[in-house]
Amino acid sequence: MNLAAKDIRHNVGRFGLTTIGIGMLLMVVMGMGGIYRGIEADATLLIDEVGADIWVVQKDTRGPFAEISRVPSNLLYRLEAVQGLSNAREFVFHTVQREHDGRALRIAIIGLSWPRDKGAWLVLTEGRPLLQNHYEMIADESLGLRLGEKVQLAKESYEVVGITSSMMSAAGDGLGFVTVADAQAIQFDTSGEALRLERAARKIRGEDSEIGANMPILLDQANRPSMEIPALSRPQISAVMASVEAGADIDQVMENLSGWSDVSVFTRQGQRDLLLKGSVEKVRQQIGLFRILLTIIAAIIMALILYTLTLDKIHTIALLKLVGAPNSKILGLIMQESLFIGVLGYGIAYLLGQRIFPNFPRRVILINDDLVQLGLIVIVISVVASFLGIWKAMRVSPNEALS
Amino acid sequence: MSESLAIVTEGLSKIYGSGNTEVVAMRDASVEVKHGEVVALLGPSGSGKSTFLTAVGLINPPTTGRVLINGEVVMDGPRAMTSLRRFRRREIGYVFQKSNLIPFLSAVENVQIVMEINGSGAAEGRRRALDLLEELGVRDRADNLPSMLSGGQQQRVAVARALANHPSIILADEPTAALDSSRGRQVMELFAQVAHDHGAGVIVVTHDQRALDVFDTLYEMEDGLIGRAEHPEGKRVKY
Ligand SMILES: Nc1ncnc2c1ncn2[C@@H]1O[C@H](COP(=O)(O)OP(=O)(O)O)[C@@H](O)[C@H]1O
Ligand SMILES: [Mg+2]
Repeated sequence: MNLAAKDIRHNVGRFGLTTIGIGMLLMVVMGMGGIYRGIEADATLLIDEVGADIWVVQKDTRGPFAEISRVPSNLLYRLEAVQGLSNAREFVFHTVQREHDGRALRIAIIGLSWPRDKGAWLVLTEGRPLLQNHYEMIADESLGLRLGEKVQLAKESYEVVGITSSMMSAAGDGLGFVTVADAQAIQFDTSGEALRLERAARKIRGEDSEIGANMPILLDQANRPSMEIPALSRPQISAVMASVEAGADIDQVMENLSGWSDVSVFTRQGQRDLLLKGSVEKVRQQIGLFRILLTIIAAIIMALILYTLTLDKIHTIALLKLVGAPNSKILGLIMQESLFIGVLGYGIAYLLGQRIFPNFPRRVILINDDLVQLGLIVIVISVVASFLGIWKAMRVSPNEALS
Repeated sequence: MSESLAIVTEGLSKIYGSGNTEVVAMRDASVEVKHGEVVALLGPSGSGKSTFLTAVGLINPPTTGRVLINGEVVMDGPRAMTSLRRFRRREIGYVFQKSNLIPFLSAVENVQIVMEINGSGAAEGRRRALDLLEELGVRDRADNLPSMLSGGQQQRVAVARALANHPSIILADEPTAALDSSRGRQVMELFAQVAHDHGAGVIVVTHDQRALDVFDTLYEMEDGLIGRAEHPEGKRVKY
C-alpha cells in the first residue's frame, strides 16, 4: 500500500495547489535559463548565419556588432585581391527606430551585398529573397510586419517580400534585410533642405579656397549630388566580410591581413567571442546568480511546505510508529510526497513554459542540457527539502498517537 | 499456553517532570497476566491507569522497574532491552479511547496496513481485514474514510486493527467509551474470546461496570498504586 499516494489522493486540492505553486516557481527558474540561452543565441546568430570566415572592420574597433565600425566601401576590392579569400561582401549594419502604424518599430537593418547576396542563405518562413536591388526588404517576424506590407524608411517605401523567423540583433531587435545601397540610403538619409544647405556651404567653402578662386567653374560642381563629386568620399560601410577558400590556411590569411594598418581583422570565432565576452557575459552572470537565488528559494519553500505537511501528519506518523512501522516506511512517505511535488511541479513548469515563453518579446530557448540539468536539480531539491520533514518525523514519539 | 505468562511487570514506577512539577503517576506496580487471561484495570481518572498501560505497551518508558513480555525482559527502567518497534509490531495490539485511525486510509486499509507492515501480502491482508470488519459489524463501511464513520464505527475499526496481527498481548484504554452498552459489551466479549481462543494476554482499562463479568481478573489503581480488586460476581480466578 503506497501511503504517499493515498495521502495525496485524500488531499488532492492541497497537493495540487502546492504543486502548481512550485511549478510556477520552477518555470521562472527554467525561463531564466531560457532567457540566457536566447540572448546568447541572438547575440551570435547573425555571425553564425551569415557564415563569413573573416570580418574586416575599422582599425582598433570591435565592430560591427559590439561597436560602430566605418570602413570605405572600396575595401571590398582590396580584399578580393587577397590570396586565399573569396566571396568578399560589404556589410552594413545599423538600427533604426521609426513610427509605423502608430507604433514604434525598431529594425536592425542589414545591408546585403547586391547582386552577390540576395539573402538566399536566409531561412524564410514566407515569401522570397530579394529580386531587385531597391525597395525590397526581408523582415523578421518579430517585427510584426506582414508579407506585402510597405514600410516607409527615409524617402522610400520598402515592400516586405520575405519573412524570417528568430533573426535578431544582439540587442534583441528584429532584423530587416535590404541591399547595401538601400541600407546606406536609409542610414545617410538627408532632407532636401539639408542638401540645399550643404550645397550652399560647399560653394562658400569653394569660394574661400584657392582652387575656387583660380577655377570658378569648379564651383558649379558644388550643386551636383555628392556621389558625382570625386573629391567627396563615398558613404562608408560597416565592415567587409569574406570567406576563406577551401584549402587555404586561415591563420596565414590572418597573418597577412594583420599587416594592414588601416583596418582590424577578426575571425568568426573572434567575432563571437567579442559578443559573448562583452555584454552577454554580464547578462550570463546576472541571470546565473538570479537562477541560483531562485533555486535556493524554491528549495527553502519546498522544505517549508514538506515540513508543514509532515507536521499535519505527526499523528499518523506516531501511529505508524506505534504499530511498529519501520522508519523506511515513514521516510518513504515523506520523500515520495516531496518527489511527487518536485517532479510534477517540473512537468507543470515545462508545460506552462512552452505555452508562455513564446509570447515573450525576446527568445526563451529551452535546450535539452538545461532541462536535464534543472530536472536533476529538482530531484536533489526534493530530496534535500524532505530532510527537514524527515528529521521532524524521526523525533516523533509513538506516544503522540494517544494525544 | 495458558499457564505461561504473557505480561509481567516488576516494581514499575513512573515520575513525570522534576523538582516542583514532579508527579509520581505510578509506584511499584507489579502485575502478572497469563496467556489466555483477560484483565480489567479499574480506578478513578488520574490514578495512573494510562501510565501503566503505555509502559506495558512500550510507548512510555517507566522510570524504574521491569517489563517482561512472553518471558523476555523488554524494558529495564527507561532502557529498552530489545527492538521495541519489533515487539510492538509483532506482539502488541492497541486500542485507545479515541479511535486512532489514519485519516487518509479507508477502514479496511487501516487494518490492512498493520498486516502489511508485518509482511503479509496485499490480497491476503485485505481478506483478513474484511473478515475482521465483518466480525465487528462494520464490513459495509470497509471502503469509507474514518471521517465518514461514526465514533463507534471508528472504534470498531480500531479494534479490528488491534486484532489484525494475532498479537500475544492486547492493551485497550477505555475502548468502549464511544460505544453504546451492547456494542461495548460485544467488544469486551471479543477481547475475552481472543484471549481464550488464541491465548492472548489482555488488559482493558474500563469504567463500564456492566461488562465486568467478562473479565477473569480485576485490578484497581488509586494514586499510582495497583492492587487486586474484589470481583463483583465473586468469580474466582482460575490460577
Ligand atoms: N505526560 C505527562 N506529564 C506529566 N504528568 C502526567 C503526564 N501524563 C499523565 N500525567 C499525570 O500522571 C497522573 C496519572 O495519569 P494517567 O496515567 O493518565 O491516569 P488515568 O489514565 O488513570 O486517568 C495524573 O496525575 C496525570 O496528570
Ligand atoms: Mg487514562
